[in-house]
Amino acid sequence: MGEAVHRYDETMPLEYRTEENRLNILGFWIFLGAEVVLFATLFATYLVLFQRTGSGPTAQELFQVKDVLIETLLLLTSSFTCGLAIFEMRRGRLAGLLAWLLVTLLLGIGFITFEVREFIHYVHEGATMQTSAFLSSFFVLVGTHGAHVSLGIGWMIFIIIQLLQRGLTVKTARKVFIVSLYWHFLDVVWIFIFTLVYLLGMVV
Amino acid sequence: MKWSEFFVTGEPLIYAADVAIVLTMVGIVFVLTYFKKWKWIWNEWLTTVDHKKIGVMYIICAVLMLFRGGVDALLMRAQLTAPNMNFLDAQHYNEIFTTHGTIMILFMAMPFIIGLMNIVVPLQIGARDVAFPYLNALSFWLFFFGAMLFNISFVIGGSPDAGWTAYFPLAGNEFSPGVGNNYYAVSLQISGIGTLMTGINFLVTILKMRAPGMTLMRMPMFTWTILITCVLIVFAFPVLTVALALMTFDRLFDTQFFTMANGGMSMLWANLFWIWGHPEVYIVILPAFGIFSEIVSTFAQKRLFGYKAMVYSIVGIAFLSFIVWVHHFFTMGAGPEVNSVFSITTMAVAIPTGVKIFNWLFTLRKGKIRFTTAMLWSLAFIPNFVIGGVTGVMLAMAAADYQYHNSYFLIAHFHYVLIAGVVFACFAGLHYWYPKMFGHMLNERLGKWTFWLFMIGFNVCFFPMYFLGLMGMTRRMYTYSDGLGWTPLNVVATVGAVLMGIGFIVLCYNIYYSARYGERDMTGDPWNGRTLEWATASPPVHYNFPVTPIVDDLDAYWVMKKKQGGFQVKEEELKPIHMPSNSGRPFWISVAFFVAGFGLVFKWFALAIAGALFIVLGLILRSFENDDGYHIGVDEIKRTERAARKGA
Amino acid sequence: MGTNGHHESFPWKHLIGFVLSLLLTFAALWVALSSGLPLKAVIVVIVLFAMIQASLQLFMFMHVAESDSGKVQTFNMVYSFFIAVVVVAGSVWVMQFVL
Repeated sequence: MGEAVHRYDETMPLEYRTEENRLNILGFWIFLGAEVVLFATLFATYLVLFQRTGSGPTAQELFQVKDVLIETLLLLTSSFTCGLAIFEMRRGRLAGLLAWLLVTLLLGIGFITFEVREFIHYVHEGATMQTSAFLSSFFVLVGTHGAHVSLGIGWMIFIIIQLLQRGLTVKTARKVFIVSLYWHFLDVVWIFIFTLVYLLGMVV
Repeated sequence: MKWSEFFVTGEPLIYAADVAIVLTMVGIVFVLTYFKKWKWIWNEWLTTVDHKKIGVMYIICAVLMLFRGGVDALLMRAQLTAPNMNFLDAQHYNEIFTTHGTIMILFMAMPFIIGLMNIVVPLQIGARDVAFPYLNALSFWLFFFGAMLFNISFVIGGSPDAGWTAYFPLAGNEFSPGVGNNYYAVSLQISGIGTLMTGINFLVTILKMRAPGMTLMRMPMFTWTILITCVLIVFAFPVLTVALALMTFDRLFDTQFFTMANGGMSMLWANLFWIWGHPEVYIVILPAFGIFSEIVSTFAQKRLFGYKAMVYSIVGIAFLSFIVWVHHFFTMGAGPEVNSVFSITTMAVAIPTGVKIFNWLFTLRKGKIRFTTAMLWSLAFIPNFVIGGVTGVMLAMAAADYQYHNSYFLIAHFHYVLIAGVVFACFAGLHYWYPKMFGHMLNERLGKWTFWLFMIGFNVCFFPMYFLGLMGMTRRMYTYSDGLGWTPLNVVATVGAVLMGIGFIVLCYNIYYSARYGERDMTGDPWNGRTLEWATASPPVHYNFPVTPIVDDLDAYWVMKKKQGGFQVKEEELKPIHMPSNSGRPFWISVAFFVAGFGLVFKWFALAIAGALFIVLGLILRSFENDDGYHIGVDEIKRTERAARKGA
Repeated sequence: MGTNGHHESFPWKHLIGFVLSLLLTFAALWVALSSGLPLKAVIVVIVLFAMIQASLQLFMFMHVAESDSGKVQTFNMVYSFFIAVVVVAGSVWVMQFVL
């Protein structure tokens, strides 16, 4: 940490203007690299185990296209609106940023609601985490993603509060940018859940 | 739950440990109170974000854990000295080899390496601290409380007893119904999170905070190895995180990942464990290579031979480390194709490693060698490590491995790489950088006693094990019968272990002796060093460098000394220095992790949730915190520098 | 409030990314459920679509290559995806012998 912390570079977007911000953003990217491997391990576990259904139901018996598609569209759209929020932030518009963040938040809550309903539905059908290796790995993989989204929702709420309190500063811009990276990343993970869990489960 | 189930009972050794623990805690409280040091320990240590102090705390913990793991080892050796011994029963022996392995790898080798890298890396790259000092403190305290949680298992609830690899189905509820393996899963998880954050922190630090002019190819070799180690940490530890989480789910919530019924696959655990486990081995050995490179170069008084080849070798080893994991379970039966591929990748590791060995030898060639203690450890490393490496290639041949697998041959092999590689490096690094940490040297005469005792003891202890393995003695057996012909070599091995123990005691005495009588390092550069850490005072002032050094070559400080007679600081160039504020939050968040973890171990979920809520509260408070650190004014820097450089 | 000098006034990049993502999602759905392709081909195609869509997110939405650490960030993501493939494909391959 040198005097560089307070060196401003006016040509850059707000979130890159201080050395501290640049370090934080790079650090978060590397953290996302670790998250890729974390989810990869869960995918590996799922793909090794997903046909080992024991006496429980199979993926084909369980999954329903409509529910999955609604969740996918909600999360995909929220990733888009989150991108728009950053677009607004880089144009210096606090109101637009807040509005799009709020839309993102609502879409995220919608996603979680549908996912919880999906899980409850499965449990009512007798498909719990304890039923079979397939269901253990399914619930832990999809549940870990869901827990990440829930954490993201809470995180975003606190960032919105800070935006309202402090306005758009070098620091809050960085925080918004980092939470946006996190949010997009969760959509990246969902693309693979959609493909390797749901689509694959419905065809194999 | 009854008290008699909560506390471990029935063993005189455990009661003695109980008494020792209580006395130690009372002793610490008494000393802190009597000398009125509570405020000091809180302000200077528990809340510090200074990388040097955090590094010192890591190393203190590592030495304590070396003691704990070493006592475990001596107990095992005592039990195995003669056939049909009843010193330890089977259960107790299982617990001891489990805690020995886990502690030595995760709570001794890892923190020792991380401690050295905390102290040295920012200094070597000319930085004032790491990229995220607050996170660094959190990393340390998570490691610390993870280690504490693991260590209390042997008096509260019972130790894990399924080996440090915790293979299923043995580690599952069916065969390990107690809380022991819960401790394993939860405490490794907590300290693993800390390690992951360290990896991210140092990766960013090394990539972004190097002094001007220090290109990647001018970085000191130790920093290079740490950079690559951090890459391994970042991409390997998440696998452990998941594996441990699945283990926790299986044990606490009856999921079916590694079970024997309902589709569970116990062998998947071994697969996941070693996807992390093999890179983990390189996470501890690569920094060791870095330490030896620095020491060999310094005491041969020559530039490191084949610097670029060294760099490419580390990168190559790191790359290969992710595609060799199956060699840990060739005998599982994955078939000839799988075994052949992993056999070949494993043998390929020997190529870059061989390159490095030759580079060290060529660095020594025609060097003006100074036989300091640090250098002795480094010189001893080369032949001893080669023995471990060559026997590793023997194990890498899948077909032959069916004979060696899980025998004492394997035990001997990995102790030859881990002790001759990592432990020798830790001791070498400790002697080498000790003046930088504490401002005084470790006594060289005592250091050499430690070296000879430990190094000879090590060979006496582990070399016979190769033969014991070939004679059929298998790993983890708690006793053996008479007439197998194993007794003489086992007696020899125990003698060696005792010699290593004596070596450790001499080291501890040396630390005490040197603190009182050791030669003070007034110059900051006692070894005629080559890299930037020697451009600072010993110990360095808290902001490390009054002005950022400019680097224009490899061996930056060496070149500086040749060109300008040292690191020159002009007082008119001084500017105010920005520093991060101390914080108590990393400490209490980690306490919350400990509490939550303890709740999980005993399935006291209310406690676990309470702990988790405190963790979340800590994160929220951090997010809302508006602390930009503080500035040190030019006048204060001038005063500090004059005081620090008075001796020079 | 300082802004990026060459900033567009309409988020074209985001919009194109979004539309392409939607197309890829529905295309994958169609390939999996109604195309009648053999199973292996279905798996290859939908995994490929997922990879493309993930790259869209990374480049169109997350701007992985921007800033002075763009190269490091890109390398980091590429390497993590490489490790991900090793872990997933490796585990499936190694564990396939278990019945």
